[in-house]
Amino acid sequence: MSEIKRIKVGTASCGLAAGAGAVLENFKRLAGDIPVAEVGCIGHCYCEPIVELELKDGTNIFYSSVKADDASVQAILALTENGRFTIPAERAAIEKLYVTRLAGRIDPKDIEEYKANGGFESLKKATAVTPAEVVEWVKKSGLRGRGGAGFSTGMKWSFLAAKTAEEKILICNADEGDPGAFMDRSMMESVPFQVLEGMLIGAYATGATKLFIYCRAEYPLAIKHLQIGIDAICKAGLNLLPGREKPLDIMIKEGAGAFVCGEETAMIASLEGQRGQPRFRPPFPTDKGWNGYPTAINNVETYANIPVVIADPDAFAALGTEKSTGTKIFALAGDLKNPGLAEVPMGVTLGDIVYKIGGAAPGSVKAVQTGGPSGGCIPADKFDVKMDYDSLKELGAIIGSGGLIVIGNDRCMVETARYFLDFTHRESCGKCTFCRVGTMRMFETLERIVAGKGQESDIDFLEDLGNKIKKGSLCALGQTAPGPALSTIRYFRHEYEAHVRDGYCPVNQCNALSDVALDPAKCVKCKLCIKNCPVGAISDDFKIDNSKCTRCNTCIDTCAKKAIARVKKGTGYDSTPGK
Amino acid sequence: MNPEFSYLSEVSAEKGNLIKGLQLIQEREGYVSDDGIKAAAAHFSLADAEVEGVLTFYAQFKRNKPGKYQISTCDGTACHIKGAPLIQEWLTTALGIKSGETTEDGLFSIETVACLGCCSLAPVMAINGRVYGKLDRKALLKIINEYKKQG
Ligand SMILES: Cc1cc2nc3c(=O)[nH]c(=O)nc-3n(C[C@H](O)[C@H](O)[C@H](O)COP(=O)(O)O)c2cc1C
Ligand code: FES
Repeated sequence: MSEIKRIKVGTASCGLAAGAGAVLENFKRLAGDIPVAEVGCIGHCYCEPIVELELKDGTNIFYSSVKADDASVQAILALTENGRFTIPAERAAIEKLYVTRLAGRIDPKDIEEYKANGGFESLKKATAVTPAEVVEWVKKSGLRGRGGAGFSTGMKWSFLAAKTAEEKILICNADEGDPGAFMDRSMMESVPFQVLEGMLIGAYATGATKLFIYCRAEYPLAIKHLQIGIDAICKAGLNLLPGREKPLDIMIKEGAGAFVCGEETAMIASLEGQRGQPRFRPPFPTDKGWNGYPTAINNVETYANIPVVIADPDAFAALGTEKSTGTKIFALAGDLKNPGLAEVPMGVTLGDIVYKIGGAAPGSVKAVQTGGPSGGCIPADKFDVKMDYDSLKELGAIIGSGGLIVIGNDRCMVETARYFLDFTHRESCGKCTFCRVGTMRMFETLERIVAGKGQESDIDFLEDLGNKIKKGSLCALGQTAPGPALSTIRYFRHEYEAHVRDGYCPVNQCNALSDVALDPAKCVKCKLCIKNCPVGAISDDFKIDNSKCTRCNTCIDTCAKKAIARVKKGTGYDSTPGK
Repeated sequence: MNPEFSYLSEVSAEKGNLIKGLQLIQEREGYVSDDGIKAAAAHFSLADAEVEGVLTFYAQFKRNKPGKYQISTCDGTACHIKGAPLIQEWLTTALGIKSGETTEDGLFSIETVACLGCCSLAPVMAINGRVYGKLDRKALLKIINEYKKQG
């Protein structure tokens, strides 16, 4: 008899991308009559695929980086000591799992399992009191929106609750437009019922009659799990709130790939079937929103917080800092050992998140970009900053949705700024001139600089224009778009100066401002580089001709001896006469 | 209405459903052709230009026929930092097409997207919705060759 009660395989998008599909299949095939369940993501994406064994004695064992072959699966079924995974103590000491407590631990598609773990208890508690009392609880908890702006959720709900209208609309912002943030995806895939419970409580508190979930189309699994959740909720009759005659209308709308549609008024326009252009506020959506009806929009993580808030508003308020209560889920990615999701109380330092949770090697990190394209970078010498809404603002960055991109020492900050302006200038909806033309000019200037054609005056020009765009734009897209350029100039001006003044890229990343060279001392003359070079830039005597080289890095990547590297511009071989 | 697009009647004809209608066309046809635009205009009682105006606003909609295998390379922040531009370069070398193009045999097309939500496995790409993470040149070429073999 096996000691295993149940096997759980993490099959959220991150798990699947790491190969969890094959792992799942083989466990199902080899586990005999032990049930095998699919669960979401526990946040430790760096060691996917992850398998958890629930043992009959009530304990459990995690395995990480699980391979799908029969031998590996059978070893795990025999409870091998190899490959077991425990959360490092240093990380466990900082993390506080409230909102993500069930993520990756329960079957996301099973309403009964959610209920057995305390699911819908908060809905029950909320609907036992008046809607006004629920709004008061949310206010008292201090919960601020997790989608970026950090506005008080209780206040927003009170505005909608105060309206009388034939229909009132509550929207879940699941557009997760910040490329590099994935906590909303993970919550929808892993605990869809928790997000939906938050929405049901919101509908009760505000008197909303129609619920929309606006989800980006790049998240098919999230959409699938939410739809299964909605169907189960309707079947269980939970969509008929106490005191209502009509059940709630709950609908998922797929976004169509426009960053600006994450902005509230643009999202409403998109839901009406129009181009997603923001409009001037007032009127605020709570006065005049979707098809003219009063409308409130909250983010996925905000809704996922609601059941936690309702369970104990005072305990929630005691978590985190005075003005930023509760916990925040941060998405860690980029140059670090342990990318993934981490839920920590607000006010934990960035350094603790990057080093103790993310496992980045001290000294290897140059900066962290927070808030995505709307945010800014924080240099490593400021990593003692507390992660809350107000502390980050002082540094010229924002918490945003909680995406943290760790930028290693060998990345170019000018190129990073160029990347963000490339993104924002394309995503500008085109309504405001400063945003439409201004971000384009900033992008072109940055393109010129990384192409080696920048001038000294470009840096001041970027700063000046950036500040004007901030003032001259209607919505936060334009108001924040210059952030990545302005903050990199503020903290890494020397990198800009090296590009425009001295004609080289300090980390040899920018193609036009670096060369490629082979170190004969390391080379073993295997000729792999010569064979693989797509443009024939490497001669039979192993000279790399930088006038032919396209900087595609194929040779660097192919060389087993690491004999080829990017080097400072002008120090590589160039066959052009006169060079 | 063009009978080829009669499935549009699955979505009710309110204007709020236009994007959904276009998504349905794209799901069935793989892209939205001129005929598709005309059919949507007829179904939602809009001018062709209005439909086109909405369509071009959203990056998701394709106006050209994609390949049998649609490759979406991610150029979100995490993937960009972890070398997405090189992945694209290597793909272009391997297939002879750039982002937005389809190979002559109709087998592959490439599009660039901004984040598939698997940032922890950056750099990533998806082929017909299946996500591949932690790409390097070797892994990339292996995957492409497998699809080529399948034909
Ligand atoms: C350009 C732009 C993009 C945005 N994208 C998102 C997004 O993807 N997800 C999100 O929740 N909020 C996004 N927001 C913020 C929303 O406008 C809004 O503040 C938020 O959904 C409110 O919910 P909350 O109070 O729960 O945070 C975006 C704002 C702007 C200006
Ligand atoms: S940035 Fe590529 S998956 Fe998120």
